[in-house]
Amino acid sequence: MSKPSTSTAIDLRSVRRVFRVKSGMFAPERHVIAVDDVSFSVPAGSVLGIVGESGCGKSTLARLILGLLAPTSGSALVDGRQLFDLDRKARARLIQPVFQDPFSSLNPRQTIRDIVSLPLLAQGTFSSPEIERRVAQMLERVGLSTEQGGRMPSQLSGGQRQRVAIARALVLEPRIVICDEPTSALDVSVQAQILNLLADLRRELGLTYLFISHNLAVVEHVASEVAVMYLGRIVEKADTDQLFRAPRHPYTQALLASVLTPEPGKGVPDVGLGDSMPDPANIPPGCRFHPRCRIAIDRCRSEAPKAMAHSQHGMVECHLAPA
Amino acid sequence: MSALLEVEDLEVSFGGRTAAVRGASFKVERGQTHCIVGESGCGKSVTALAIMNLLAKGGKRTAKRIALGGQDLQPLSDREMSKIRGNKMAMIFQEPMTSLNPAYTVGSQMSEVMRRHKGSTRTQALDRAVELMTRVGITAPDLRLGQFPHQLSGGLRQRVMIAMALMCDPELLVADEPTTALDVTVQAQILRLLAGIQREMGLAILLITHDLGVVARIADQVSVMYAGEVVERAPAAELFSVPQHPYTRGLLNCVPIPGKVRRDQPLGSIPGVVPTIQPGFTGCAFRSRCSYAEASCASSITRRKATQTHDYLCRLAPGELGNSDLAERQPA
Repeated sequence: MSKPSTSTAIDLRSVRRVFRVKSGMFAPERHVIAVDDVSFSVPAGSVLGIVGESGCGKSTLARLILGLLAPTSGSALVDGRQLFDLDRKARARLIQPVFQDPFSSLNPRQTIRDIVSLPLLAQGTFSSPEIERRVAQMLERVGLSTEQGGRMPSQLSGGQRQRVAIARALVLEPRIVICDEPTSALDVSVQAQILNLLADLRRELGLTYLFISHNLAVVEHVASEVAVMYLGRIVEKADTDQLFRAPRHPYTQALLASVLTPEPGKGVPDVGLGDSMPDPANIPPGCRFHPRCRIAIDRCRSEAPKAMAHSQHGMVECHLAPA
Repeated sequence: MSALLEVEDLEVSFGGRTAAVRGASFKVERGQTHCIVGESGCGKSVTALAIMNLLAKGGKRTAKRIALGGQDLQPLSDREMSKIRGNKMAMIFQEPMTSLNPAYTVGSQMSEVMRRHKGSTRTQALDRAVELMTRVGITAPDLRLGQFPHQLSGGLRQRVMIAMALMCDPELLVADEPTTALDVTVQAQILRLLAGIQREMGLAILLITHDLGVVARIADQVSVMYAGEVVERAPAAELFSVPQHPYTRGLLNCVPIPGKVRRDQPLGSIPGVVPTIQPGFTGCAFRSRCSYAEASCASSITRRKATQTHDYLCRLAPGELGNSDLAERQPA
């Protein structure tokens, strides 16, 4: 494991988060392990993509790194510092989110300029002319006009709202941005605009992204490394090229096989995952993927595989993965 | 034999202010999949609802012709129409949770369709439900019959919706974004299932989607919609290899393809946003975002033919768009 240094933006160590859920008044309490023993580090200036199906814990992971949720155990270092030692203001200067749905993540009763200036106001250390200057600069940088700055969110399209969300995230000049499905609610033509904008901003400002998405084609385009999550665990992590060229985990293989690229004549692929869906409240013994795995053997049903490193950044959790 | 579904010059407006669909024409052949593809607000869902005569209050449709199997649907009363819906043509929607009734079991909702349209008994209908649920890959169908929609996963609910739509052996299935709310893995399973059922039952499918990946893998024919108009119509293979409309071209360039699109280069994108179309709008609706636009695009545009089966709405002659930027995207 790498030492905390300024060159490591995010460093998670054995982070675990358990939710207690009650399904009825007299029903026994159940434990949902949303994030289970997750460790990884993200070098400053790079993009870690996180992929997985709904319910795999990827959004919980985002909230843990943002400090919106406390881990049940484990530690998170951001920019070399313990995330939970930082107060809210310091955290906000370091790390900011861009969420999926720009329709619910912007206050409908505030103007765009007010929304973008809020992070600066909350810090309490910026003068009004300074705030005005920074907000104007930021709006221009994300491609919004001065006139649009005076509008309400409801007067903007989905893509424009996502630009507002990006402006709000970057106005404090953070080091790290957590993008949780930032383009899933957008049309493809607009998605491309937003992805290009995020890429430009990262290059210009030297940002680090944690990029969460269920769209593998998008992740392939933006990420330098990719982690695949399944039922709360990272089951494979590798450099993007390597992961897409030679996926080792059968789940990664199935995910890649299910991507429908616009290539006519290829038909719909057979993913071979079966019909049983994973339930985070009822994690199978042994390898948690075995009920859906097409190559599972007896050992997979009883013994959980250990993470196996296969390169400097790469690891896979599977008994049967090629070394 | 004529096409199963014929739609000619369909116009839909809401409250006389917004023109949601403007002169859409297309045909769905028996046993084929016809995809309508476009971005949000292009009028693709409204087109489907207009065909089913299910437009929301205030929505008004006119058309030269809307016919199913040669029968004109326009003069039909609501009562006559409801005999056709769910029977000869069925529809499945994007979000299976909101289109299933949360207060009734899966079994009672599925059997209702057949008891109502075919006058079957409860037992007959439930037998058919079990048969179809097995067909769509639902394990333990007898158990599922007694369950409520909230007890099922998203993929399972969509399978129930599909089984329910097939209860009366429809000739046409209208599917509005049937896999958009699902995970990619489940999406592939559901689409495979639809394709299999179509082959077996000789069903025609009108599939509405925004996803060009889905279109490429499942469509026989494609209509691309933009701002209420069908801007390009072609067989799927032709649409992807020689798109003629600048909008179709732009859309194709926006989609990242794993292993085929260079990561250090920006994705293609279409600048600007979709305009709102008021009644009386003339000319090409895409001209405000089109890099080929010129003054003549503001006057009305005639439909051009690229081949016998491929036409599009643009001033550019076939091939004038060139093919250079698409070449590198072709599979090796």
